[in-house]
Amino acid sequence: MTLDAGSLQVVRPDRVAPKRKARSKGASAALHATLAVASLIAVFPVFWVLVTSFKPDARAVETTPKLVNESSLDNYTRILSGDKGSFLTWFANSVTIALMTTVVAVFLSATTGYAASRFRFPGKRSLMMSFLVVQMFPFAVLIVPLYNILLTLGLQGQQFGLVLVYCTTAVPFCTYMLKGYFDTVPADIDEAGRVDGLSPFGVFWRLILPLAKPGLAVTAFYAFITAWGEVAFASAFLSAADESKTLAVGLQVFVQQNRTEWGHLAAASILVAIPAVAVFYLVQKFLVAGVASGAVKG
Amino acid sequence: MAEVAYVKASRIFSGNPPVRAVDELSLDVADGEFLVLVGPSGSGKSTALRMLAGLEDIDEGAIEIGGKDVTNVPPKGRDIAMVFQSYALYPHMTVAENMGFALKLRGVNKAEIKEKVGEAAKLLDLTKYLDRKPKALSGGQRQRVAMGRAIVREPAVFLMDEPLSNLDAKLRVETRANIAALQQRLGTTTIYVTHDQVEAMTMGHRVAVLKDGLLQQCDTPRALYDKPANAFVAGFIGSPAMNLKTVPLTAEGAKLDGIVVPLPRTALDVASGANLSEVTFGIRPEALGIIPSSSTEDGLAMTVELVEELGADALVHGAVRIGDSSERFVVRVDGRTPPTLGQEVKVAVRDASEIHLFHPESGDRLTD
Repeated sequence: MTLDAGSLQVVRPDRVAPKRKARSKGASAALHATLAVASLIAVFPVFWVLVTSFKPDARAVETTPKLVNESSLDNYTRILSGDKGSFLTWFANSVTIALMTTVVAVFLSATTGYAASRFRFPGKRSLMMSFLVVQMFPFAVLIVPLYNILLTLGLQGQQFGLVLVYCTTAVPFCTYMLKGYFDTVPADIDEAGRVDGLSPFGVFWRLILPLAKPGLAVTAFYAFITAWGEVAFASAFLSAADESKTLAVGLQVFVQQNRTEWGHLAAASILVAIPAVAVFYLVQKFLVAGVASGAVKG
Repeated sequence: MAEVAYVKASRIFSGNPPVRAVDELSLDVADGEFLVLVGPSGSGKSTALRMLAGLEDIDEGAIEIGGKDVTNVPPKGRDIAMVFQSYALYPHMTVAENMGFALKLRGVNKAEIKEKVGEAAKLLDLTKYLDRKPKALSGGQRQRVAMGRAIVREPAVFLMDEPLSNLDAKLRVETRANIAALQQRLGTTTIYVTHDQVEAMTMGHRVAVLKDGLLQQCDTPRALYDKPANAFVAGFIGSPAMNLKTVPLTAEGAKLDGIVVPLPRTALDVASGANLSEVTFGIRPEALGIIPSSSTEDGLAMTVELVEELGADALVHGAVRIGDSSERFVVRVDGRTPPTLGQEVKVAVRDASEIHLFHPESGDRLTD
C-alpha cells in the first residue's frame, strides 16, 4: 500500500476564520446618514454666519434665503475701517486681555498643580476641594462680590482687574488638569534632576514643564477661550468708554433696540472667530500625548 | 572619591505607630569600596540609600561623605550620582543630553561636556545612540545610559538602586559583571542596593544585610556565607537557602530523627550556659550528602519529593521526620546521579564544622 502526503492530512471542513461581521448595507447607510446629519448640525450655523457676513443688512434675513444675494466684502471693509465702532481697538483689547489671562492662569495653575501633585502640605485637600466648589457658582452670582473686590483693590475698570477675574474661573480648572498631567510624570524624574544638581524650582522649570507641554497647551487654550468670548464680566468690569471694550462687548453695537445689523454682526463674528481658530491650530500639535513614554522602563 | 559613614542614622515615617524604616544605621564605607545593601522588601535598604542621596530626610543621627557632615545638605551639594531602578532618563532629551545634563548645570563648557560624554559612551558602547531619545532604546541600552549619566559626572560616590531588576536574566548576569568591572576600573566608592543575594555576593566587596530597618551584619561575602551572625542572615544568604530547623538538644549534640548529630563542645557549653533545651540548627544544602543505604554511617531517612536539576548539580528536596513533625530539607547532590522521586534516601552531614547553631528565640549565632 502506498501513501501520499495528501492522504495523511486530516481532512477538515473548511472553516471560516472568526471575523468581525461585515456591516450590512442598510446599517452602513444609516451610520453614514447619522454622521452626516450630526456634522451638518455642527457646521451649518457657522456656515450660515459666513454666508450672512457677505450680505448687506437688508438682505440678511429673507423669506427665501439665498446663498448669494448682493454679497460683497462691504461689511468687512466698513468694520475694519472703524466705520462701525472702533473694532480694531476692541480687537487689541481682547487680544491683550486673553493673552494676559493665558499667561497668568497657566503660570499660576502650573505651579499650583505641581505643588499639589508632588508635595504634601497642610490644607492640600481643602484647597483642591475649594477649587471644585468655586466652579459650581453661576457667573451672575459672582458679579456683585467681584465688583466690590475690584473696587477695593482699585482695579475696577482696568484690564488687569478683568484678567484676575477670568483667572478665578480658569485657574481652578487648569490646576486640576495640570495636576493630573504632572501625576503621569514619574517622580523618579524629579529625583534624578535633583541629584543632577537642580533646585526644586529648576526641576519644575527644566524637566517637568517641557514634559507637560501637551497639558500646558490644553490649559493655555482653555484659558484663552475663557477670556476671549466672555461678555458678562467684561461688560461689568471694564469702563463703559468705547475704547476700553472687548470684542464680545463691542459686538453689541450691531444689535440695537429697533434693528439688528445682521450682516455686520456676522462679519464681525467671523473676524472674532479667527484668532480662536488660530490659537487652536497652534496648540493642536501638542495635543498629542505620549511625550512622556520612554522615561522609565517601557 | 570619598568614604561614606552612616552615624546612627534613622528615618522615621509618621504614622500610628511611627515606622522606623531605617533604625540607627551605623556603617562605614571605605574610599573606593563597593558596598551592597541587601535585604527583603521593606527592609529599609532603598530608604537608606535615598537618605545618602538626600532624597529622604535623616530624622536622627547623621551621614558623612568624605568626612563632611551632609545631613542637611540638599542632593545637589553632595557630589553623588544615582542610578535609579526605573533609570529615570529625561524623555525629552537625547542620550547625549541626558548624560551631559549634570555637567551643563555645573556650567562646564560645551566642548568638555562633549568629550566626557563621548568617553563614557565609548566605555558603555553607546556611541551609536547618542542622538536618540530614550524611548527609541532597548531596556539594556537605557540601563547603560543611566550608568553613563552617573559616570560622566565623576562623582565622589555612586548610588545604585536595583539597577538590574528591569533586565532579563541573561542580560542581568552580563551587566552585573560589567558594573563590577567598571567600578573596579573607576575606583569610585559605590553603594548598591539589591534584593537579590546572588547579586550582593558576586558584586560587593562587603555586603550589609538589613531587615526591618536594622543592620543585621556587614561583612565580606565569604564571611557572611561562612559565619552568618544570626539565623536571618543564614537563611537569606546562599542559594538555595540554608536548612534551618529548631531541634532538641542532648548531652552530645542535636537530635534529628533518632540520630544525634555531634556538636562541638564549645557550642554545647554555650547552649547549656544559656539553659537551652532546643537549638536552631542550620546546615547548607552543599554540606549535606546522600550516602548509600548500605552504609553503616548514621543518616537521616528522607523521602524525595522534588528534584531540581541544575546541570552541574541537582537539588533534592525531601521530607525528614523530626520528632512528631515532618520537616523539609534540601540537599545538593551530583547532577549526574540524582535520586528519583519518592525514593527513600539516607542523608548525612558531610562536615560537622559546617553546622551553624543559633539561639532558638533571638536567632543569634551561638558559636564562633
